[in-house]
Amino acid sequence: MKTTPTLGQVLQARGVSRRGFLKYCATTASLLALPPTMVPRIAAALENARRPSVIWLSFQECTGCTESLTRSASPTLEGLIFDSISLDYHHTLQAASGEAAEAARHAAMEENMGSYLVLVDGSIPLGNPGFSTIAGISNYDMLMDTVAGAAAVVAIGSCASFGGIPGAYPNPTGAVSVRDLVTDKPIINVPGCPPIPMVITAVLAQFLTFNQLPELDKLGRPKAFFGQTIHDRCYRRPFYEQGLFAESFDDEGARKGWCLYKLGCKGPITYNACATVKWNQGTSFPIESGHPCLGCSEPDFWDGGGFYKPVSTGDFGSGAALAGAAAAGVALGVAAAAVSRRRQAKTIKEG
Amino acid sequence: MDLLELARGPVIQIAVYVLLIGSLWRLLGILFLQQKPDFSEPRQAGGLRGALKVIWTRAFTAPVFKKATVYSKVLAYTLHIGLFVTIFFFVPHIVFFTDVFGVSWPGLPNNVIFLVGVITVGVALALLIRRITHPVLRLISNFDDYFSWFVTILPVVTGLIMPIRFGVRFETLLAIHIFSVALLLVWLPFSKLAHTFLVFVSRGTTGAILERRGAKT
Repeated sequence: MKTTPTLGQVLQARGVSRRGFLKYCATTASLLALPPTMVPRIAAALENARRPSVIWLSFQECTGCTESLTRSASPTLEGLIFDSISLDYHHTLQAASGEAAEAARHAAMEENMGSYLVLVDGSIPLGNPGFSTIAGISNYDMLMDTVAGAAAVVAIGSCASFGGIPGAYPNPTGAVSVRDLVTDKPIINVPGCPPIPMVITAVLAQFLTFNQLPELDKLGRPKAFFGQTIHDRCYRRPFYEQGLFAESFDDEGARKGWCLYKLGCKGPITYNACATVKWNQGTSFPIESGHPCLGCSEPDFWDGGGFYKPVSTGDFGSGAALAGAAAAGVALGVAAAAVSRRRQAKTIKEG
Repeated sequence: MDLLELARGPVIQIAVYVLLIGSLWRLLGILFLQQKPDFSEPRQAGGLRGALKVIWTRAFTAPVFKKATVYSKVLAYTLHIGLFVTIFFFVPHIVFFTDVFGVSWPGLPNNVIFLVGVITVGVALALLIRRITHPVLRLISNFDDYFSWFVTILPVVTGLIMPIRFGVRFETLLAIHIFSVALLLVWLPFSKLAHTFLVFVSRGTTGAILERRGAKT
């Protein structure tokens, strides 16, 4: 393997101070719910880590996940660390194209066989290989070919994790998630539409530090970030408890920042770190901007019954079905009474 | 389909259909029964007046029974008011009803609902203990009484657990809560819980007959 600079050297060359670096390590440790004593270990591991080879595959996606990582207002430390990994293939970001790009992917795979990471955004269409191709290769073939020699796969965003918007009803392309196809490699799902950049880099940092995958929940998401609901950590939670709710987007409750539960907030059933890590360098998160949580890090959030429908509402099917049930009840009642009357008349007649 | 989707979708749907069919079946089955012809001269007119009067007066204990029934009466009233408040004044429930019926009303703070819920469960336990320990009451109680008690109190208990969690995920608890409500809705029309809608029919009928006969109600 060729000699590559360590992450520490890369960051130093980019002008990241020791203080800034340790601050990042401390934040990562706290995000991963690790004790402060682990901070030096994270720092040492990250400083000395060779740049891991990362192959980023983009399938049926909107590039929002890549935007989330790269479009920060100013370069953040996690952004720099992300830059510092050896991103050997990313067809949106790389300069090479066509055969040269594919050659880069194969070269990275051969050089780092068994140790490279595959990051995937976007879902994979199974309906027809022609629905989504890169350099004439179907998404399915490219995924299976690339993950064969990978150490682990990170599914970035809800499309790669659960099928996402391409997989929404009626799923015209037959879109599936990475986990639906890859069964013999460790997979970390980092869902969100898009996912929080800090969460992506913290997952990578943990992998580099401990050379192991984070603890995952039943949906394959790191528990450190997806262990609590948005509702659990929402700053508007006290209003929920007091029964103070915004009824519309422009009423007094909305202006006073009351709970958005009645406006369809999916915070109670959505596991993500938005309420604590926040977005845009910790500026805010959707609820803070006055919009209910859409539940974008949950499977099938697009088909979840309406963004503005409150969590506690049910689905009763059509009004016609309810009317049908009522009519059936009336018919049964009248029939039961008729049978009873006939029996009664018979009894009277027989004396 | 996950547990919550199953609960919020097909399970609650079927439960509501069963409730609707069962309630109308029983209600109309009784209302359309052959009425016994009454050939006597009516002493007073106005069956509806008598019906409404008895529905109202039977809500209170006759003075002669007051002392003997005060314990069970207070508990029963507390249970019913507790159920009414927790069902109709908890905001997520109001949101549910608004979605179905299109009307909304103000709710109560969650801690008030929680307190009322705890009182309701406590009172229900006291009533159950009374049913088991009272010799006559125990004798006349059957499976219907015990199971109806169970399905009534189960949604309150599963609702009260939700803010405490005990380490279980919110959506799982919500699904369990909805399942328990579905069980109640399915059981209601075919059991003694049918008094929810039959109580006024039976009392009203009694009132109408008594009024016609000129009884003091």
